[in-house]
Amino acid sequence: MSHIVIIGNGISGITLARHVRKLSDHSITIISAETEYFFSRTALMYVYMGHMKFEHTQPYENWFWKKNRIALKKAYVNQVDTTNKSLKLNNGETMSYDKLVIATGSKPNKFGWPGQDLDGVMGMYHKQDLDNLEKHAPNNDVCKRAVIVGGGLIGIELAEMLSSRSIPVTFLVRESSFWNGVLPQGESEMINRHILSHHIDLRLSTNLKEIKADDHGKVKSVIIEESEEEIHCNVVGLTAGVSPNIDFLKDSNIETGRGVKVNRYLETNISEVYALGDCAEQHEAIGNRRPIEAVWYTGRMMGETLAQTLCGNRIEYNPGHWFNSAKFLDIEYQTYGWVHGMKSKPDYESHFHWKHNDDNKCITVAYHKENNLFLGINTFGIRMRHETFDKWLTEKRDIDYVMTHLVEANFDPEFYLHYENEILASYNNQLQTV
Amino acid sequence: MSNKLNHSMSLAQPDTLQITAKQKIAIILGVIGLFIMVLALASINFPKKGIFLTASLALIAVGTIIYSREAYLTKLEGIKNDGTWFKSISSRGLWGWLVGLVLTGFYIVLYFFPEYLGLGMDGATNTGLISLFDPLSQLLSGRNASQWFVYGTLYTLAILAFGYKFLLKYRHNRYQRLRTISVMFFQLAFAFLIPEFMYVMNSDLPYYDLKSIWPLNYYIFDEWSVKAFLSGGNIGLALLIFGILSIFVITPILTYKYGKRWYCSWVCGCGGLAETAGDSFRQLSSKKLYAWQIERWLIHLVLVFSVVMTTAMVYTYLGYDKNDFWLTRGVFISLVIGFLTIVFVGVLAFKGKELGKDVKYGAIGFFAVIVLLLIMHFTGTTDKLFYIKSGALRSAYGLYIGSIFSGVIGTGFYPILGSRAWCRFGCPMAAILGFQQRLFSKFRITTNGGQCISCGNCSTYCEMGIDVRAYAQKGENIVRSSCVGCGICSAVCPRGVLKLENDSLKGRINPTEVLLGNDVNLMELVNQK
Repeated sequence: MSHIVIIGNGISGITLARHVRKLSDHSITIISAETEYFFSRTALMYVYMGHMKFEHTQPYENWFWKKNRIALKKAYVNQVDTTNKSLKLNNGETMSYDKLVIATGSKPNKFGWPGQDLDGVMGMYHKQDLDNLEKHAPNNDVCKRAVIVGGGLIGIELAEMLSSRSIPVTFLVRESSFWNGVLPQGESEMINRHILSHHIDLRLSTNLKEIKADDHGKVKSVIIEESEEEIHCNVVGLTAGVSPNIDFLKDSNIETGRGVKVNRYLETNISEVYALGDCAEQHEAIGNRRPIEAVWYTGRMMGETLAQTLCGNRIEYNPGHWFNSAKFLDIEYQTYGWVHGMKSKPDYESHFHWKHNDDNKCITVAYHKENNLFLGINTFGIRMRHETFDKWLTEKRDIDYVMTHLVEANFDPEFYLHYENEILASYNNQLQTV
Repeated sequence: MSNKLNHSMSLAQPDTLQITAKQKIAIILGVIGLFIMVLALASINFPKKGIFLTASLALIAVGTIIYSREAYLTKLEGIKNDGTWFKSISSRGLWGWLVGLVLTGFYIVLYFFPEYLGLGMDGATNTGLISLFDPLSQLLSGRNASQWFVYGTLYTLAILAFGYKFLLKYRHNRYQRLRTISVMFFQLAFAFLIPEFMYVMNSDLPYYDLKSIWPLNYYIFDEWSVKAFLSGGNIGLALLIFGILSIFVITPILTYKYGKRWYCSWVCGCGGLAETAGDSFRQLSSKKLYAWQIERWLIHLVLVFSVVMTTAMVYTYLGYDKNDFWLTRGVFISLVIGFLTIVFVGVLAFKGKELGKDVKYGAIGFFAVIVLLLIMHFTGTTDKLFYIKSGALRSAYGLYIGSIFSGVIGTGFYPILGSRAWCRFGCPMAAILGFQQRLFSKFRITTNGGQCISCGNCSTYCEMGIDVRAYAQKGENIVRSSCVGCGICSAVCPRGVLKLENDSLKGRINPTEVLLGNDVNLMELVNQK
């Protein structure tokens, strides 16, 4: 029996701890400075919007941890001494370990903008960010306008959050269309229109130059780089992506790049030290995946995998077919397999795109130009079945098969209108004109 | 935990969500409508009661309609839960407690002191609030109103007006729309209008809401009720037979095909009120493990109570001297014990393994009932069962379960315990349907592979207090006896993870350790046990 210490109580660390407990009697300690108990980070937005209370974001009741003999330590790790296998905590304590797992997640990116550390400038990632937002943007009297910088998934969530309290939002997006580094054009443009329909002031191809302060060191306004326009605001949300939260490892012997460098077994250069989740960086990317995968699902999958290794069954992190999901205001998005945006699209990848007249639903199916192999699907406003696409990807179905069997993958609630016939007709139509 | 909860007196927290001028007018209209009733209650004797009653009901309805239109039609379609936990009324704030208090008070007066509502006792004419409803009652069935008519009218109004609100709130969701139209229809037609018309056609028949099935309708097999049916000619006999078939034949078939939702969230009146007027309180149900433990004991105890009580009732009036009918006490008690034994042995044989240690509790319950029934048979006299007056059991059930539990607590405590406290902890019909749903139904809530992000919206908005997320985050289908199939978990899920569906029994219950999306070999290794 050894002492496994996990730094970070996000989905990766918690999944790992739960699975280690199922498989073994190792003693487990989880250290976190963020919150006492595990919560779902993706649900923070719903707390601000009043859909849930913070306690609702905690998937396990508080007695769960003691019952499963998972010790929780609320502290910040200042230093990792891998030679003596011990940790220095911010409260002066030291803690020794037999196996160490780094699962510290991400932190919001800051690109050296003038004023980026002012009062009222914040990311939207940690519980503390939520508290901070509640302080600076409780309502539209205190916060007359908010400016969000960075058009990704967190940016649009933050825009939705602020809108829910009737706070006017200006949304600065560097790209020429929302999230078009990932989304194909038709989808990205549909989301642009959806954002505007929510009365969010979307500014495409627009960069932040600087953030200006008032006399009290609080945010007063932002200056747009392209136009030098000054936009008055009380809150600035920085949502231009995230990067691994590993500053505390600077003085350790653990090899880091952007994240903690790991091999396929999630092992670092130091034996008995592992990293997983958002903060882990693969030496080489797996398939089309990025070396750093900052996604809920991959964090969970790494936790499921590493638990095996820590319990004596050393196996590689070997994720299956890619999938992901998000919600853009009122439009749900799911993706299975690979569908690339314009910039990153490989030469062999072709797309079939269908959009409903209501401008709230569309799909894009990616296939191989030469052999018609089905590569992946993006679906907006229509729920689809993970299992079905996972199976089709494994069976290497071609696009014709997928299009004619699309109804089998439908996961919308009962009585919803179906669009498969319309989609198929459009597909047949487009193919004939090719 | 510094997330702020502001329990101010305002209906909407002033610093987050303001109500518009139009909504203020709507509230004023509704309050005027209610005020007319309050005046009537204070024994103001209105001239032209018909006009005042119409005005009162119409103002309440119109107020609700305008308020809802302003709340939802000014926004794009989608999930509308913004500020739910900031509003005092929907987060157990001061307004929540006040509304709870008023509702509870109303139920206590309704059940125990109807004379305060103005019910004319011993043939006297009605006064007060009840007399205000006389014109409508006269119009429908040609008799004066009773407290139950007043209650039925207000109940129906609540389901229709708040049903309209719900329709707007979920106008993007066809499942929710159809389901709500269904509960509105069944309340208006089956619970409200048809019984009145039946009275007009044949005044011997007892009040019978066709969709209210024993044991929810606990008085259908009472002596007076059965006598009234039997004296109602062929129609009466047909209705009585329908009542028996409802629970023993129709219910199991429909539950097998669609789950208990066919009743609880599409047809039932209690469910109808919970889904419409109670919608603002659905998030208040407790999701804690101990609440589930209380639920499992309580609801089954009520079921046992209701079975024993009904058996005792029927047993009593079968015991009268001049019973030359084939159904004697002995035959009846044997039939009941035989039926229960068949159910118990059947479940044990086919589902014993699946139920695991719950079989023990089932067995204890079963034998307890049998012993009770046998004690009753062998110690019972003509007028005493269990050494107490035979009517006492029935009165106790009517008082504690029928009135206090289902009415005072079940509805009065909406703003405190959530909208389904009765359905979850007490309703014996829900217990039977849940038993069927858990054991042999095609219904389940399917989880979409590995897509769950554990956000908790599903659990928060489950009115039955099911921790939906606990299943979804394991990639496991939700097969719970308490699920009424309202479909809100699926609606509020931001990632399209949940789908209510009827499918084959195979693979319906599918616990997994490693979710779809990970290494195929690992999934096989861990999930094959």
